[in-house]
Amino acid sequence: MRYYAYYPGCSMEATGAPVEKAIKAIAKPLDIELMELEDWTCCGSSPFSGVDKVKAMAITARVLAQAEKTGLDLVTPCSSCYTILHEANELMKDDHKLAWQVHEALTSVGLNYNGTVKVRHIVEVIYNDVGVEALAAKVKRPMTGLKVACYHGCQQVRPEYGYDDREYPDWLARIAAALGAEPVNFPLKAKCCGSSLVISETDMALELIHKLLENAADNGAQAIVSTTCPLCHTALDAYQSAVNGKYKSHFNLPVLAVPQIIAVALGLDFKQAALDGNVISPRKLLSPYLNSKIAAQAPAQKAAAG
Amino acid sequence: METKLKPSFLDEVASIPACGKINECVQCGVCSGSCTTAAHWEHPPRKIIAMVRAGMKDEVLNSSSIWYCVSCYLCTARCPRDIKPANIMHALEAIALKENYRPPTKTTTMYRSFARSIEQNGRIYEFGFMLEYFLKTNPFAALKMLPMAFSLLTHKRMPLLPKAVKGRHQLNQMFHNITTGGSR
Ligand code: SF4
Ligand code: SF4
Repeated sequence: MRYYAYYPGCSMEATGAPVEKAIKAIAKPLDIELMELEDWTCCGSSPFSGVDKVKAMAITARVLAQAEKTGLDLVTPCSSCYTILHEANELMKDDHKLAWQVHEALTSVGLNYNGTVKVRHIVEVIYNDVGVEALAAKVKRPMTGLKVACYHGCQQVRPEYGYDDREYPDWLARIAAALGAEPVNFPLKAKCCGSSLVISETDMALELIHKLLENAADNGAQAIVSTTCPLCHTALDAYQSAVNGKYKSHFNLPVLAVPQIIAVALGLDFKQAALDGNVISPRKLLSPYLNSKIAAQAPAQKAAAG
Repeated sequence: METKLKPSFLDEVASIPACGKINECVQCGVCSGSCTTAAHWEHPPRKIIAMVRAGMKDEVLNSSSIWYCVSCYLCTARCPRDIKPANIMHALEAIALKENYRPPTKTTTMYRSFARSIEQNGRIYEFGFMLEYFLKTNPFAALKMLPMAFSLLTHKRMPLLPKAVKGRHQLNQMFHNITTGGSR
């Protein structure tokens, strides 16, 4: 069993609820224990940087200070939180004035941060710590024949973390392949979905989401496997009908957050995988897999035939 | 006799965390060429940086351009001089808000509602923050969002009540500490 400090981020309590539920469901079978920080607060995200950078970094540092007490790596599923937590760590190393201001602010509430926390994205943990081979060995329902476009989005790989390629990452495709699915070519896999401005610049964001859906569909995807970022997942899933309305298109692409498709492959059912929380229902597409007998060991290859 | 010089616009921007390298920009234009939303910017990222260096504060801060930044970090990943244009755009946004510039964009209101939601609850309360934003901008635009909001509601993804956490008191204390210049 591997232990991590866990920071879900605000969206996981609302629009990201199905992603969160699926993460909780696969943690145990993957031998990871996610210990949620107590009384955590918002990470500040990018909008707060557009209001006041020092305050934004102080908000972020509170999360890091709490995580440091646990002595564990800090894992988050939200790409926006990931970026900002990572950035706060880096900036406070380089910018002594900022580090001092944040230190003073933390001290005023009895907290302290020494800069030791390693911030990690849960997709990276699944890829590097669990590992695709171990994952493949746990598969009870191979997702054979399912054509998927794997979407990383921007902040899981940028600005600079030193894990996957910043512009053409392939963790998700490798994970999907380990589950037996068939990743299709998806050139826009690390382009932005625009969700940070979907409220105030809706048309602009819909344009970006439309491009992503079109690119996935044109390459033959039957579903999108998305990163765990609740903003990406919601943009592609919940805004799909708005895209159809605006562009007179007929997309009906289920968007499976990566823990959801892992859950199905590990033998969990529709509800356990929190697929009932998806606006574009994947029930029909996944029923051949969900109804297939769970293989004890050697997976039956005909699972996808139906 | 002492004369107090007001810091230049460029110095003001360069003093914000992550923006210190703005002087090293070589104006290559890679950021503008990479920018996800450049088509919407009157002045794309490279030009914004040139304008900041030329001291064109009002022109930069009265324009809606910087407010189209979606934080995709393509510019930052590709910049050959490690300038971090995304951070510069957010720094400019913060100056515009602090000094009450009124660029033609609704994102200013959205950011303010977002920040207020954190101050009040300690966490983002998505429904409340969106409601406040739409009431302040265009309640009719909210009608267009209704089907989407309803589908999120029926899928249990849009709690209607806020969850205010205790940590919000610490956040506000920390903000106070920063605003008043610390304990010294
Ligand atoms: S990519 Fe970097 S160096 Fe080139 S114009 Fe943009 S900020 Fe300047
Ligand atoms: S981070 Fe902002 S400025 Fe940079 S490429 Fe993306 S949208 Fe453009």
